[in-house]
Amino acid sequence: MKHVFALVDCNNFYVSCERLFRPALNGQPVLVLSNNDGCVIARSNEAKALGIPMGEPWFRVQAFARRHHVHVFSSNYALYGDLSARVMETLARLEPAMEIYSIDEAFLSLAGLDVEARRDYAAAIRARVRQYVGIPVSIGIGSTKTLAKIAGNIAKKQACHDGVFELTDTAQIDSILEKTEVGDVWGIGRRSAETLRRRGITRALALKQADETWVRKLLTVTGARVVKELNGVSCLSLDKAPPARKSIVTSRTFGQAVTALADLREAVITYVSRAAVKLREQGLETNALHLFLTSGDSALSRFSRGRVVLLAPATSSTPRLIAAAMELLPSLYQSGCRYQKAGVMFTGLVPRGYRQQSLFAPVVAENRALMGALDTINRKWGQETIQYGMTTMEKSWAMRQSHRSQAYTTNWHELPVVKAN
Amino acid sequence: MKNDSSIAGLYSLDQTTQRLCPFFSSGISAGFPSPAEDHIDQKLDLNELLIRNPAATFFVRVAGESMIGCGIHHGDILVVDRSLQAAHGRIVVAILHGELTVKRLMCRADSWCLEAANPAYPAVVITEENGCEVWGVVTSVIHQFPGVL
Repeated sequence: MKHVFALVDCNNFYVSCERLFRPALNGQPVLVLSNNDGCVIARSNEAKALGIPMGEPWFRVQAFARRHHVHVFSSNYALYGDLSARVMETLARLEPAMEIYSIDEAFLSLAGLDVEARRDYAAAIRARVRQYVGIPVSIGIGSTKTLAKIAGNIAKKQACHDGVFELTDTAQIDSILEKTEVGDVWGIGRRSAETLRRRGITRALALKQADETWVRKLLTVTGARVVKELNGVSCLSLDKAPPARKSIVTSRTFGQAVTALADLREAVITYVSRAAVKLREQGLETNALHLFLTSGDSALSRFSRGRVVLLAPATSSTPRLIAAAMELLPSLYQSGCRYQKAGVMFTGLVPRGYRQQSLFAPVVAENRALMGALDTINRKWGQETIQYGMTTMEKSWAMRQSHRSQAYTTNWHELPVVKAN
Repeated sequence: MKNDSSIAGLYSLDQTTQRLCPFFSSGISAGFPSPAEDHIDQKLDLNELLIRNPAATFFVRVAGESMIGCGIHHGDILVVDRSLQAAHGRIVVAILHGELTVKRLMCRADSWCLEAANPAYPAVVITEENGCEVWGVVTSVIHQFPGVL
C-alpha cells in the first residue's frame, strides 16, 4: 500500500495559545520569550513582519518591542502543554493512525484516500482543530514524512493554499526541492548542511539526486535515509507503538513519606539522571519533561500533582534535564505534605538528530562526549558512580517570568474571565 | 422528617478521582445509562456528568451581573464546550470587541444577535464587520455558595 503522510503543524503555536483567551491579540504583533525571559522563541506573523528575529535575546529587542507596541509573554508551559494535549486528542479521535512528533506537530496516515478525498479530509481536520481547541494548523501531505514536512512549510507560509498543501506530483516535487535550502530539510542539521554545501550541494533537489552510497559515507545512515525519503521511499513509518514507547518514565514510591524539599530534590535528580540514561540508550531526545508528585497517606487522600516543561531544542543532556526538573519542583511542592512518590516522564521523544529546524534558542552545546563518558563510567562501576552535584542548580530556582499570562486551563484561580455587564 | 421538595436527590461524591481538571487524556462516555441497558452501578463522577468532550471543554469565570436572569452570577464558573453547535436560545461565550463575554444567542428575523438576560442591556447584532463570533457554548454553570468550602 502506498504511503501518504500528513504533517499537522500548529501555526505559531505559543502565540496561538496566548491568543485563544485574548482575542484582542489577533492581528497584533506578539512575542513569547524562553525560560528566564531569555530570548524570543515565538513570534506572530505581525512580529515577524516587524523584522524581529527568532532566537534574539530579549534585552536586545526590548526597546524596539516597546516602541512598536509588541505584546510580550513569558513562556506559559502549563498552558501550552494543556492545549497541545487537546490538539493531539482531537487529532487522535479523527485519525487513530497518528504519531505525536512534538509539542505542536503530529503525523497522520492518509493512506487509502485519493487526492480529492485527502484535500477534503485535511480541510476537515483543520476546521475541527480550529473549532474544538481554537488553534490554527497547517497541513502538509507527502508520500514520506520528509516530503510532508516540506509541504507543511509551504502550507504554512503561503496563504493561497488555505493551510493545506500536497506534495505528491513528481514534477512539482522537483521544482519545489530546487527552491528548498538543503539546511531546511528535516534530518539535515546545521553541520550536515555545512558539509553538503562545501561539496556543492546547496538545494534539496541536488541532495535528492545525489548518490546514496556517497551520502551515507558523508552523513551516515541518517543522511542516506533523507535521500531515500526525498525520493519518495518511506523509511520512517508512523510510530504505532503502544503509549509506553512514546514516553520514558522513571518513578518510585518512597519507603517512607518525604516532607523536605531538599530530599525531594535529591530524589528527582536521581530519577532524571536514570531516565536520561534510558533516553540516550535508545538514541532519543525529549521535547518535554513532566514532573509529578503524589502525596497523601491513604488511598482516600492520595493526591497527584504534575507539571510539564517544554524543552527546545530537544535534548538528552542530563544537566539540562535536571535544570528543567528543578525549575518545576518548587511549584509542585507544598510544605507540610507527606510525599509518597515522585516521578519523571519524558514525552515528545524524537530520534537524536531529528530536531525541529527552527532555532528556538542559541544552540546549547550538548556535550555528547561528556554524556558518553558519563554513561560508560556508570555502566562499568555502577549506576551512581558519577552524579550531578546540586550546587550549580541553586540559582535556577527562581525563574524570571515577568510577563507570564494566566494558567487559563490548569489553575482554578487563573481561569479566563468572561464579562457579563 | 422534613419534606423538602426542592431537593431532588442526594448523591455521595466520589472524592478519589485523580484527574486534574480540566486536563483530560482519555475519552469519557456521555449520557445517562438507560434502565434497559446492562450497566454496573459505579461511583458518581462530576466529570462524566458535566463534560462530554474534554478536549473542547473549558472553564471560565464570570464577572458581572447582566446574566442573573439566566441564573448566572458574578463569580460563577461556566462549563464551555467549543464543539457544540451554537443555536438559537443557547447561552454562549462570545467575542465582543476583542473580549470574551457571556450572552444568549438569538436569531431575530434574518440575523443573529447576542442578548444579555437583562433588557436594560442592548442586544448586539453579529456582523462580519464588528468581528463578533461565538467562542463556545455554555453547558452548565457552577455556583458555589460563599464561605462554605
